[in-house]
Amino acid sequence: MKPDKSMPAFQKSFSRRLFVKGLAAGGLLSAMPNVLQANVGNAQLGSAPVLSGNVVDLVVEEMPVNFTGVTRIATTINGSIPAPTLRFREGDEVTIRVTNRLKVATSIHWHGIILPFEMDGVPGVSFSGIEPGETFVYQFTLKQSGTYWYHSHSGFQEMTGMYGALIIDPWEADPIASDQEQIIVLSDWTDEDPMSVFSKLKVQSDIYNFNQPVVGDFIDDVSTMGASGALAKRRMWNQMRMNPTDLADLSAETFTFLMNGITPAGDWRALFKQGEKVRLRFINGSSNSFFDVRIPGLSLKVVQADGQNIKPVDVDEFRFGPGETYDVIVEPKNDAYTIFAQSMDRSGYARGTLAVNEAVTAQIPELDSAQWLEMSDMMGAMDHSAMGHGMGHDMKSDTAGMDHNAMGHSMKPAAAKMDHSAMGHNMKSDAAKMDHSAMGHSMKGSSSSLAVPSQKVRHASTEYGPSVDMRVDMPRTNLDDPGIGLRNNNRRVLTFSDLRSVDGILDDNRVPTREIELHLTGNMERYSWSIDGLEFGKSTPIYMKQGERIRVILQNDTMMTHPMHLHGMWSDLESPEGELLVRRHTISVQPAQRISFLTTPHDLGRWAWHCHLLFHMDAGMFRQVVVS
Amino acid sequence: MNLSMVELKHNFHKAVLALAVTTLSSVAFSAETGIGQPQGGSAPPDARDPHAYSDGFTFESGPYSQEERQLKLADEHKFWAFIGDRFEYDTDSETGVFDVQGWYGTTYDRLYIKSEGEIEDGRLQESETDVLWSHAYNAYFDTQLGIRVDQSREGKDRQWLAAGMQGLAPYWFEVDMTAYLGDNGRTAFSVEAEYELLLTQKLVLQPRAELSFYGKDDEINGIGSGLSQAALGLRLRYEITRQFAPYIGIEWTDKFGKTADFARSEGESVQDTQYLVGIKFWF
Repeated sequence: MKPDKSMPAFQKSFSRRLFVKGLAAGGLLSAMPNVLQANVGNAQLGSAPVLSGNVVDLVVEEMPVNFTGVTRIATTINGSIPAPTLRFREGDEVTIRVTNRLKVATSIHWHGIILPFEMDGVPGVSFSGIEPGETFVYQFTLKQSGTYWYHSHSGFQEMTGMYGALIIDPWEADPIASDQEQIIVLSDWTDEDPMSVFSKLKVQSDIYNFNQPVVGDFIDDVSTMGASGALAKRRMWNQMRMNPTDLADLSAETFTFLMNGITPAGDWRALFKQGEKVRLRFINGSSNSFFDVRIPGLSLKVVQADGQNIKPVDVDEFRFGPGETYDVIVEPKNDAYTIFAQSMDRSGYARGTLAVNEAVTAQIPELDSAQWLEMSDMMGAMDHSAMGHGMGHDMKSDTAGMDHNAMGHSMKPAAAKMDHSAMGHNMKSDAAKMDHSAMGHSMKGSSSSLAVPSQKVRHASTEYGPSVDMRVDMPRTNLDDPGIGLRNNNRRVLTFSDLRSVDGILDDNRVPTREIELHLTGNMERYSWSIDGLEFGKSTPIYMKQGERIRVILQNDTMMTHPMHLHGMWSDLESPEGELLVRRHTISVQPAQRISFLTTPHDLGRWAWHCHLLFHMDAGMFRQVVVS
Repeated sequence: MNLSMVELKHNFHKAVLALAVTTLSSVAFSAETGIGQPQGGSAPPDARDPHAYSDGFTFESGPYSQEERQLKLADEHKFWAFIGDRFEYDTDSETGVFDVQGWYGTTYDRLYIKSEGEIEDGRLQESETDVLWSHAYNAYFDTQLGIRVDQSREGKDRQWLAAGMQGLAPYWFEVDMTAYLGDNGRTAFSVEAEYELLLTQKLVLQPRAELSFYGKDDEINGIGSGLSQAALGLRLRYEITRQFAPYIGIEWTDKFGKTADFARSEGESVQDTQYLVGIKFWF
């Protein structure tokens, strides 16, 4: 196989498409020799064909696929999984004709693209959907460049195969230099009917969690931390009926994780020549899975987040949720490397190989062991209250010392062993950062100033009912936490605090005129997800005035991380001190975390705003935005 | 039954009673004000209005709204489930017991049907069936209102109005308790509690207890006033899937007070130890 060279924007390569098809079949054949050979009608898997030019035709239709040994029906775009890579150029007006050959309505949403709302592709919000047999013509001008993606916004079609990369080359020369590039779309496949999966979660929300606390764990804890320690470790969780291993609703019990449509057994491969700088465009196109991505042996220079260039930062690993993208540059020296993307709950992984030829292989790392959520994931800055008392008086002189004491104290009853990591972590980063923000805030003097995000937690009145199983009164606001399972893992892990847009991107430095505070809420037992305790059906739209600068505060009152995607406008993430950091279209909010971003709605219309975990979105963690 | 079994059983009874009290108080507690408390409670007066950002807009009205078809998500869908908690066979008395629940509805409002009964010689000996409207009360509990129909082959059928609560108590106890009002001023109360102890990801030990109380003697049905019967069981199941699990178990039942007297006078046993095999499944 030849390396997939970076393609000029307008190149159409028929032979390349056939070639890729051959690879895809081969990749899958190594896993299941008998299945695909005779099946001409099967969906094409592997690196997707590339479509470019100003007019593109996409056809949505059902196709048989076989990832696990059983044949299932996927919903595909032009018969491939992932869907064709659309390669356009900044400044172009593109026409994309989407024909629906399904028996139900469909839609395509261009994730992260700034465009008129009628082209945004959310049925029932921005247009009326694409009926069976109908062709809908999307037409818009590309005002941006970078790595994006597109997917169905109808029902669970995204989960059954409707996702693909959308790459926009910059109008001018790309400031990110590389010798070649690869697009890596990560996704999750289930052989089950997504609706039946959802229904099961309504009956038993932990049905796919096979990492539950068991008696043996308790005995182990008793032997290391004593009976009282083991009981203390569990007390709060059990009292509150929260599960410390609730890291993902859906696990590898039902999912097969895919890299460019190829199973781990199939081993998606990309080739490089030694000495090349390779750009990897990672897209999390999964329905419900966070991935922790690393390439053992290679440092990842992260150069772009959500399609927008950032100041390069070198890491070993990054976590991203559905909807997010990261571009990284690697400079491979050895013969082969494994691209390893383990799911956040450590139940499985997607993987592929970066190698100098087809034959050479690299070792596949073991899955990390799953960790329990920490108290800071449930209670937020649990030390904050202890700190809070003294803060007004002794802030300048004593804060650091005081925190250490206060924390050491408050940790003891709650936990023994488990907080080893939490403690180290909290003490070094959370507490310090939090104080800074708190200090910065109060030093500015007036609490009504909008220069910095407000810290006062304001729960909605609807957060006190049956839809909400937990509220955080002392959220953590630090951005330097890589999240559960990645803390203190002896690898450099990307965090929000590492991200800085390159100069010129954050172009609106106005102080916001108002704040919108929204709390991400849910009830795991009932398997209901909402915002401010209201599911979509009970909510009202959020009004934004065109052109106004607005601060959005997202506070996560749940124990899961939620990738929040605001359509139609950028989300400019800011620090707790109100410093603009990075431009995103999808922002993952960690458990018990309170973050804020600024946005300026330029385009009129109705827009969707939701958690990009597909089941959370469908359960109701969704809002409509009106810009007028 | 040897002595240790008796002790175990009595301790268990105490535990079940304590649990019922704890549950009731925790439900009551969670209705208190919610300030500084991570769960439950009621909204403080200055709580944020979740519609404050709408500026009067709705989905259907205002600029750019979709008039013909609005987005509907799963929160507006209805779901259903059938839960076969116990289908079991007592190897000694050769009787079968079933305990099933079915529901249909949204996240917060459901029609519940619960049925529990005993089959002997291929005949339904007695059964209790509740038909209830279940409404979410707080994050973990539903209130349930409806009727119960008791069928008894040897005794007399009874009908009741039912009001209860079902949900998950702190420390993961599944609790179901219902008060009943029947004809001629009859009253009854029943409480069930279950706990799931995960020995492994698939092997689950489930202690379970059920207590029945009656306000009045009902001689024809062999029921005396007060605590009439207690049952406690231990079931060990292997989850072949999370939805299908065979189990073995042991259950002790005990009749008390006049109920015990009625049983003695009928020549029935007051205490029973049953060895069970069964399956639990749901879909």
